[in-house]
Amino acid sequence: MEITVFGKGCPRCESTIHRIEREAAELGVPVTIHKITDEIQIIQNGIMTTPAVKIDGKLVHSGGIPSIESVQSWLKA
Amino acid sequence: MLDMFTSLADWLTEIFFGMERDSKLADAFHFFIEDTSKIFFLLALMIYIIGFARSYVSPEKVRLWLTGKSRITGYFLAALLGAVTPFCSCSSVPLFIAFLSAGIPLGVTMAFLITSPLVNEVAVVLLGNALGLKFTIAYVGTGLTLGVLGGFVIDLFKLDKWVEPYVWQIKMPTPESTQEAGGWAWREKFARGEAIDIIKRVWLYVLIGVGLGAGLHGYVPKEWFIEHAGADNIFAVPLAVLIGIPLYSNATGIIPVAEVLIDKGVPVGTILAFIMSIVAISLPEILILRKVLKPQMLIFFIGFLFISFIFVGYLFNFIFGG
Repeated sequence: MEITVFGKGCPRCESTIHRIEREAAELGVPVTIHKITDEIQIIQNGIMTTPAVKIDGKLVHSGGIPSIESVQSWLKA
Repeated sequence: MLDMFTSLADWLTEIFFGMERDSKLADAFHFFIEDTSKIFFLLALMIYIIGFARSYVSPEKVRLWLTGKSRITGYFLAALLGAVTPFCSCSSVPLFIAFLSAGIPLGVTMAFLITSPLVNEVAVVLLGNALGLKFTIAYVGTGLTLGVLGGFVIDLFKLDKWVEPYVWQIKMPTPESTQEAGGWAWREKFARGEAIDIIKRVWLYVLIGVGLGAGLHGYVPKEWFIEHAGADNIFAVPLAVLIGIPLYSNATGIIPVAEVLIDKGVPVGTILAFIMSIVAISLPEILILRKVLKPQMLIFFIGFLFISFIFVGYLFNFIFGG
């Protein structure tokens, strides 16, 4: 599963990445996480608030750390 | 209802630990227990309630609401929404570009970015606890006014020239919706998440701040403060604002101390100027904006806040001073 996390590398963005990695490992879902930290690229993806998450090119979350339930639901989809 | 925290502190101090009530240690301990229990209770409750209101606004919605408004409406609306819209300071740059690319004037965008840190729910709850309703309203009113004024001045002087030119070229695609928002269950979860997230982030600062306050409360004599930061020291206000700059984002720890400082005779204007400087002049957060703003604009921005806070300090000392 291709997951992109958008954010300038603030603590919340790091927590978001860790959360996805942890849940993916737990569920045994293979994921590749890309990090986009450049603000211009972030905005050109139509994203205003970070951390934001896109899965297979679709925005699933924006602004704040996603809840564990949300992360699990993306990984199971 | 808040009496229960005094009772809890009474019980712990006198009965559980069996301290002499008039000793300095018991005094400091009592203050610490009463204040921390009350602050955590108020923070959890208020942020949960405010969280419901905040679940209705997001920077994406604010962008839509501000688009195409007249400048005057824009300043007021932006300042107000800046106070209530949740966003992480690491989003400032995308947010800034997104606002400008929607045709929102620079001053309106800056009004939003000025009030956003200045009037925040943690500071408001702590101020309410420490200084009471009157000063909290004065603080919020001043914060909003400074947002409106800052935005107005930026457009008045046509400071668009101090925005990095490439910013005007960026076209932002329409933000996608994430299909997460909506419904009571979602709002409740959002509010609960906010409360937990914020308490997790600030609890240590609250403990340190109240601990420091308890120490001052119990051990440092009133005369010391009157002499150094009292109403007669004309330099106390600018000095307070200056000291506040490197203390960025530790308002959580400082506001409980402020309560004690007021008790010890430091004038309220000096305290409010100090708190504003701590929460709003946060150099790391302002420097993030260097990516989109020229150095002149950053200097103007910091200078505007610096001078405004000093003015606010003197004004409040004058209005509320004995």
